[in-house]
Amino acid sequence: MPEGAPRRTPLYEEHKNLGARLVDFAGWEMPVQYSGIKAEHAAVREGAGLFDVSHMGEVVFRGPDAEAAVQRLVTRDVGRLAAGQAGYAAVCYESGGTVDDVLVYKRPDDFLVVVNAANREKDLEHFRENIDDFDVEVVDESDDWALLALQGPEAAGLLQDFTPADLSSIKYYRFVEGEVDGAYATISRTGYTGEDGFELYMRPEDAPRIWRRLIEAGAAPVGLGARDTLRLEAGMCLYGNELDAETTPLEAGISFAVHLEKDPRFIGQRALLLEDTEGLRKKLVGFEMEGRGIARHGYPVTSGAEVVGEVTSGTQSPTLNRAIGLALVDPGVEDRFEVVIRDNPVPAKTVPLPFYKRDRG
Amino acid sequence: MSVPGDLQYTKSHEWVRTEGDTATIGITDHAQDELGDVVFVELPDEGATFDAGEPFGTVESVKAVSDLYAPVGGEVVEVNSALNDAPEKINEDPYGEGWIVRLRTSGDGPANGDLLSSEEYEKVLQEEA
Repeated sequence: MPEGAPRRTPLYEEHKNLGARLVDFAGWEMPVQYSGIKAEHAAVREGAGLFDVSHMGEVVFRGPDAEAAVQRLVTRDVGRLAAGQAGYAAVCYESGGTVDDVLVYKRPDDFLVVVNAANREKDLEHFRENIDDFDVEVVDESDDWALLALQGPEAAGLLQDFTPADLSSIKYYRFVEGEVDGAYATISRTGYTGEDGFELYMRPEDAPRIWRRLIEAGAAPVGLGARDTLRLEAGMCLYGNELDAETTPLEAGISFAVHLEKDPRFIGQRALLLEDTEGLRKKLVGFEMEGRGIARHGYPVTSGAEVVGEVTSGTQSPTLNRAIGLALVDPGVEDRFEVVIRDNPVPAKTVPLPFYKRDRG
Repeated sequence: MSVPGDLQYTKSHEWVRTEGDTATIGITDHAQDELGDVVFVELPDEGATFDAGEPFGTVESVKAVSDLYAPVGGEVVEVNSALNDAPEKINEDPYGEGWIVRLRTSGDGPANGDLLSSEEYEKVLQEEA
């Protein structure tokens, strides 16, 4: 493959056959939409949507010091995870700035760390640089796994027909190794949409068939466009928007993924403890536009004449039909500010996160 | 993609229908398809004037922000305010109910030299594809 040619997931042909619009995303040729972002978004909120997220990276830590290595690298205390449990965590620099946000799966004999596609090479370098005193093997298995996300209120019912695993016994952020449509799969009750659902890790050669069968059974194919609006409504961070090397997980509002008192210590812990004591340099807020206009990534946030922050993500919420966004702002900013849209300051007000919370019945 | 023969076009994917000194302007079927679900339209004020090629408004889809450029110069005599509540009309009927503004074209010199016929615009689309 020539250098710079986009990578393709095992489902590339499926996307083309479905008429997807394909775009470059982090060096991958990925579907941004099939029928349209609004319809796909609604399918996930009301039924079941199927995402190809095979571009995500899978890094396995195995060996006697696997746990110690992961403990040093991530903000969550993974020693508290039971085998079969997953935890959301940040990876930090010594400065407290964020290398990536990841999902850590504790398996009986090793740890699986799922990383953002755009950060895969950077993460591997960071991992290997920082744990060379441990007896651990860090294996990039990204190319060995396809990853499908089946999300929405009907996801469990739909998937149950394809697996002998009792899905009702898999709690949120738990996973089992089992079968889907007769093929090996890790079935994880996780997601990035604010809905109930599953992420399914499977062998690349099994993925096209399972993808087609889930769609035949009623799942709507959903692209990265709706993935972004869904996660934003759910108040979830996107690396590169809310999180980056200059932003700590505390500032980005994911302190629930940071165990500040963790022992053994993690990289960045000292900086985060200091920030926790001295106060945040900036904070993530959710907001709604009060005036007309849609806030977008990078738009300035002002209070009167003063710039007090920047929009990290913004869209017209398909579920709420309101313009919503996330912004990193000065800690003193209160409940009202302006978002500068094409040179016009437009009033906005902060609202509690998440913007959308599913009805758990 | 539909490209009606009775309209003129720009390389930036606006269409214009000229009747006397009135020019009705919108975005093409191709443009709405590329944008995806349109969720917001920023319309100019009536009475505002624009030179040909000048940005006069914005169309936003869920994912993208796209400036609108005046295919001809003139004064805004009417805006399609129905788009404020129903921006999706641009997707549903880009050459009809999804029209965006009407200009009274300025008398000095037809900017029409820069406009494309439907055949020329179809060639632009083929080149982009």
